[in-house]
Amino acid sequence: MTVDTVAQAEQDPELDQPYLELGLKDDEYAKVREILGRRPTQTELAMYSIMWSEHCSYKSSKVHLRQFGDLPAGDRLLVGMGENAGVVDVGEGLAVTFKVESHNHPSYVEPYQGAATGIGGIVRDILTMGARPVLVMDPLRFGDADHPDTKRVLPGIVAGIGGYGNCLGLPNIGGEVVFDPSYQGNPLVNALCLGVMPVDRIQLSAATGVGNIVVLLGAKTGRDGIGGVSVLASATFDADGPARRPSVQVGDPFMEKLLIEACLEMYDGKLVQGIQDLGGAGLTCALTETSAAGKSGMRAHLERVPLREASMEPHEVLASESQERMLAIVTPADLPAVLAIAEKWGVLATAIGEVIEGDRLVVTWHDEVVVDVPPGSLADDGPVYTRPLQRPDDQDSLVAQALPPYPVADAALLLRMIASPNLCSRRWVVEQYDRVVLGDTVLAWPEDAGVVRLSEETGLGVALATDGNGRYTRLDPYAGAQLALAEAYRNVAAIGAIPIAVTNCLNFGSPEDPAVMWQFAEATRGLADACRELGTPVTGGNVSFYNSTAGAAINPTPVVGVLGLLDDVARRTPMGWREPGESLLLLGETRDELGGSEWAWAEHRHIGGRPPVVDLAREKLLGEVLVAGSRDGMLSAAHDLSDGGLAQALVESALRHGIGARVVLPAGLEPFVQLFSESAGRALVAVPRSEELRFTEMCNARGLPCTRIGVTDGDALDVQDVLTVPLAELRSAYEGTLPALFGPLAGGTAQDPAGPAL
Amino acid sequence: MPARIGVVTFPGSLDDRDAQRAVRLAGAEAVALWHGDADLHGVDAVVLPGGFSYGDYLRCGAIARFAPVMATIVDAAAGGLPVLGICNGFQVLCESHLLPGALTRNQHLHFINRDQTLKIENATTDWTSAYDGGEQIVIPVKNGEGCYVADERTLDALEAEGRVIARYVGGNPNGSLRDIAGITNERGNVVGIMPHPEHAVEALTGPGTDGLGFFTSVLKALTNA
Repeated sequence: MTVDTVAQAEQDPELDQPYLELGLKDDEYAKVREILGRRPTQTELAMYSIMWSEHCSYKSSKVHLRQFGDLPAGDRLLVGMGENAGVVDVGEGLAVTFKVESHNHPSYVEPYQGAATGIGGIVRDILTMGARPVLVMDPLRFGDADHPDTKRVLPGIVAGIGGYGNCLGLPNIGGEVVFDPSYQGNPLVNALCLGVMPVDRIQLSAATGVGNIVVLLGAKTGRDGIGGVSVLASATFDADGPARRPSVQVGDPFMEKLLIEACLEMYDGKLVQGIQDLGGAGLTCALTETSAAGKSGMRAHLERVPLREASMEPHEVLASESQERMLAIVTPADLPAVLAIAEKWGVLATAIGEVIEGDRLVVTWHDEVVVDVPPGSLADDGPVYTRPLQRPDDQDSLVAQALPPYPVADAALLLRMIASPNLCSRRWVVEQYDRVVLGDTVLAWPEDAGVVRLSEETGLGVALATDGNGRYTRLDPYAGAQLALAEAYRNVAAIGAIPIAVTNCLNFGSPEDPAVMWQFAEATRGLADACRELGTPVTGGNVSFYNSTAGAAINPTPVVGVLGLLDDVARRTPMGWREPGESLLLLGETRDELGGSEWAWAEHRHIGGRPPVVDLAREKLLGEVLVAGSRDGMLSAAHDLSDGGLAQALVESALRHGIGARVVLPAGLEPFVQLFSESAGRALVAVPRSEELRFTEMCNARGLPCTRIGVTDGDALDVQDVLTVPLAELRSAYEGTLPALFGPLAGGTAQDPAGPAL
Repeated sequence: MPARIGVVTFPGSLDDRDAQRAVRLAGAEAVALWHGDADLHGVDAVVLPGGFSYGDYLRCGAIARFAPVMATIVDAAAGGLPVLGICNGFQVLCESHLLPGALTRNQHLHFINRDQTLKIENATTDWTSAYDGGEQIVIPVKNGEGCYVADERTLDALEAEGRVIARYVGGNPNGSLRDIAGITNERGNVVGIMPHPEHAVEALTGPGTDGLGFFTSVLKALTNA
């Protein structure tokens, strides 16, 4: 094997290089030559093509993402955007770190492994910050539920998420499942992880201290995943999509579990000076980011990397995306202790390099220099594009479209709606995830937000919800992104937690399409404005571009995760009432807002009109009332109103513990609108009679509209003069859809998964 | 002095901290035991927790049974040491031949996690005496390979000797033969249970506290011993 070295590059400066095939443009290649003062070696070329890919460099999104960095940090943010994940102070000496990321294209090519390694990757990001990962969530989007390819993709993705997360021992406490034909051929697999650590255990990625040792931990390096970021994540699919399977990584959750335990033991022993996970772009990314962050020189002896295949070439070793690997910087004195911990856990640990004087990253292969670059040029100085923006041609006509005529609300409509793929029970998916491992899960699906206890002594805990609505965002990207944030914020507040921070995964089509870039620019502007108004800083996230197949982009889908804080998880408000005779109150105002609604979609496959109006001051007020209601013990249940409107919320809350409701709709809007409108800023609460006066007086005093709409009772949902449906009938409609589409899970009657059904 | 109950951690154990919590909530001291250490450190009873020991890439529990700690546990169990295997721990007990039969892939081929009703069939073992015979309890089940199988003769013998300690009620989540959720050895000191009693020890985080009885049972057994 002849390897292209720096010496050869100097001798043979005009060698024709395949930079276009590797994804670099002409001007980008010219810039590489300018930085190096010569042509890059084959290995360097591979590194630049990876690090300057859209996925790693954020070259199209950077100018827009700056808005998030400009937001007020608040007094809880310990580490902001730029590191692997943001870190938030939650009190009691504890910090949490959380982030959501995409693994969309790999999950279409190879659903099981793509989704599994999506979980693995985000978990390592959290581990890298010094935290013990304690939960995962996954917002998922698929093509039409009854499309044949969805039958291939969905079961594999769900099994992959479960297979990896369950084996890591991380409870999966929520997420989303959305069906829409725009995701056909390009499902969205977003994965969120949250970890917790003592504040003084935060780890950073900077490699400093000349003479310190660079240690590669974890799995051997193989040929899997080569080109994952440049091939899969930074280009649109064409007809040969699934043929790209060698670009998908293969996961080993057992190795990741060992890696977690080994790293945490090293952190606790204060044995690590800097650490970086190996994810997209593998060793290339880890070496350049640690040395660039530390403003240090680094030398790596590539032949020391343990390989699965001896014939691998240096550029393959550097580009491999083999999973379950970490890069640690340790002092020579601590090296024996680090190796001993690795051995205890059965984790491979290899000293592959050292921090050196100067500011060059030098990689050798059997003593020949194959890479000699300034690491910052790869990690930080990639190209930045201000892409052209163009409001889509059909935007105005889409918004101007009239909605189909409204029907008369009746039992048949309600049953069709709750059985529709986007509103039906997600039990089929969720039962394949371990939701209780670690013993701290207080709320999980189907509750509005997942809640996990951080301290057994004090009851301190966190709440998390993720939301996104591609139809709303298609109709109005600025408002759509704000509605995603507002819904997640409302979900977190509904269980009684104070929303404190935001992460986001921005799933869009090709940035080279000005119409997509306009959607992206509008959505980021909307999200940043809303975060400022709600006082929730963005701690980090991920951009996923090129989500389009055969020229058709997905609906723009910003997925927003909101972190909330509970000083005592025992006072969480659940979504369902457990007692008959409690008052049902509707908080907020219902308007005639069915543009982009589930009703328009499920009944007419119609997308048009305007999404619901955003009123962030109202969202904030509603949140304060819900948190106060929880703190003062006034609420026995609270459920946010969103997709499917009041009707959906009534059904879900009634089915939760099998107690029905008698509802009298107020005069004014027609019953159909009151039941199915998706106006934002609303919640349904159940209040014991003894608390009703106190609660309604609080709403009045704060100026939050509060309407008594009924009482919990019986074994049916009865909306006076509109419909009456027994709970058993509602349950069979609500629960039947996914098992009918994807096959039964297990025989017998299912107990309610997060609390016994009554 | 409170009883000391060991919880073994294998590489890939996941519910070990949860088992320790359940032991503490029952009023005993939890002692962490390490797979590579053959010494039981004087514990009065042992829990083999749930998880995916060694990734369960071979048969579940097939590698864990060769851990140094297991050789000691097998000997001690013969001498009457109470041993509870939960989920992966149950699989390890079967692989170690402390219990008969085997746990295979769920009939429907999916991992399944739900709150499951069980009927306690034998309330006389070291781990079930806090229950009443015939009592129904709700604890979470979560496994991919929880389908209990054995040959007909073994199943008949288990039934005849009252060694089925719990059965699934209201739906069998994994296809286990004769709805078997847990069994015991002849002496009643070794119990394997597929669902997770340690995840039903606090009303806040579980479906209830029905699982605590497994851990209070063994304390009673140790006091009476």
